[in-house]
Amino acid sequence: MDIIFTGLLLGGTYALIATGLNLQYGMARIMNLANGETLVAGGFGAFWFWTSSQVSPLLTIFVVAPLAFALNWLIYVVVLRPLVKRAKSRGQLEVDAILTTFGLSFVGVGVMLALFGGDYFSYSYLAQPVQFIGETYGLNRVVAFAAAVLLCGALWIWLYRSRAGMSVRAIAVSPDSARLVGIDVPSLSARAFALGGAVTAVGGALVSSFLTLDASTGVIFTLKALIIVIMGGVGDIRGTILAAVLLGILETFVATLIDPGLTLAAAYLLFILILLLRPQGLLGRART
Amino acid sequence: MTARDRRGVTIGVLLFALAALLPLASDSYFLSIGVTIAMYTALATSWALFSGPTHYISLATAAFFGIGTYTTGIGIEYMPYWLTLPIAAVIGAVLAALVGVATLRLSGVYFVIFTLGLAELVRQIITWGQNVSGAKGLYVLTSITEEHIYWQLTGLSALVFLAGFLIWRSRLGFAVRILGDDEEVARHSGIHTARVKVLLFMIPGAVAAVTGAILAPRYVYIEPAIAFTPMLSFQVVIMALLGGTGRLWGPVVGVIPFTFLWEAISGTFPNQTTLLLGLSFLVIVYLLPRGFVGLIEEARGRVSRRGAFA
Repeated sequence: MDIIFTGLLLGGTYALIATGLNLQYGMARIMNLANGETLVAGGFGAFWFWTSSQVSPLLTIFVVAPLAFALNWLIYVVVLRPLVKRAKSRGQLEVDAILTTFGLSFVGVGVMLALFGGDYFSYSYLAQPVQFIGETYGLNRVVAFAAAVLLCGALWIWLYRSRAGMSVRAIAVSPDSARLVGIDVPSLSARAFALGGAVTAVGGALVSSFLTLDASTGVIFTLKALIIVIMGGVGDIRGTILAAVLLGILETFVATLIDPGLTLAAAYLLFILILLLRPQGLLGRART
Repeated sequence: MTARDRRGVTIGVLLFALAALLPLASDSYFLSIGVTIAMYTALATSWALFSGPTHYISLATAAFFGIGTYTTGIGIEYMPYWLTLPIAAVIGAVLAALVGVATLRLSGVYFVIFTLGLAELVRQIITWGQNVSGAKGLYVLTSITEEHIYWQLTGLSALVFLAGFLIWRSRLGFAVRILGDDEEVARHSGIHTARVKVLLFMIPGAVAAVTGAILAPRYVYIEPAIAFTPMLSFQVVIMALLGGTGRLWGPVVGVIPFTFLWEAISGTFPNQTTLLLGLSFLVIVYLLPRGFVGLIEEARGRVSRRGAFA
């Protein structure tokens, strides 16, 4: 029971991070391997505000999100758009995007190492126990989970109930046809990419309240987010949330019962099963 | 064999013979750089054999390398050193085949993601195994010297070149070239694309494992953090792409300058190596999409065109 709730709390935060990546990969069609660095940067932001002036991470996200949005928008327009333009096929764009975002990811790590040093950083925010059905949980985890649920819900409503959201989903289905019905694909893609970065950075700020991060942990989060996105189906927010919760529970299960060092192995187990059995994603339909 | 092939083989044999003489003529500093260059030549050239024509970016080098290191580390207790090398090759090839069967039927992104975490996955499992069994690290104590390691790695590189040359002329090589141009066309002309990719991916798997096995005596003490360095995978990718994967000799052209650059940067600014890796990726994508090979061939084309006018 305890495992399921802890896993659910972790999965909620994973869902937010993976939704950010899904916006970037599903909608803007850029496989962003520098996603984890955005997350760590968001975490650094929360850490810095908390230790320097005791600003709560829940308020920090209102600073982190616009900053991450602007930065990711710039990255898309300056660095990635030329690749989208020159790519002759989807495959070539994929290879170029992978190499470029790897480059950005390393540059990000390098810059953060230079700014903050290689130390682990953690701070203690709302580290009080709360009781729930006879078990104790950290209040910071519960708060992060609640914030993640709120944000995921807001994103979901935006994507499925608003005109802009519908345009973004149209791009995810077919960028070429989206142009034919009068959607400004280049500018909307840039905004979807930026929004994805902002969501991930907020996820990072929330995660930093209960996990220890350092400049080079980003890649682990990138991997987990990628696995979640693939499991849930590219461009599918509901699938992403389901997959994130599954991963959160499985990881907690493995960490509690076998060894805390095996969390990535657990994620890989799920990944392999999905690749072999349902490569189109948990809720996805098989392509014809 | 055409006249051009024969010339290429002759030049190759002469260069390898020359490279084998290095330990006789140099001090230990250059020998250690020589070992690094020979190691990356084997890794990057075998990497390009698979990733060049197929455009699948493999980041599994560190995983295979670490497995090779561990094969020698564990095997040396029970058998002579020489036997551990072929065993490492077989284990590397089998693991590559398994990874390939799981991921190579699907789009390239899945493959990249899977290989990205593979080294970390194997490292976690070995660490866990050590925690359970109570063992910590392994000692590899042999009488193998730096010269021996250098010669073995040079020999391995020569084998990789030979394999690349033979594959290029075989049915498999022909199939891979078609597949690289257009997978759809390849499938329609009766090429079993998944099988071709898996077969080809076994080569870098085996080579990286043997490279790890050869270098095990150099480390003396082996533990997961030493054997599985994720940086290794990225360095190999950068070197191969920097040189260019369009030609068999392309990766070497990237290995040699990058090794010296890496030595210089990590010597003077040890904290900025990740930044260097990142910038190298960006340089490759934006300025050198076909690597040095592309530059050389462009220059050559310009010269011969000018010759035609004169």
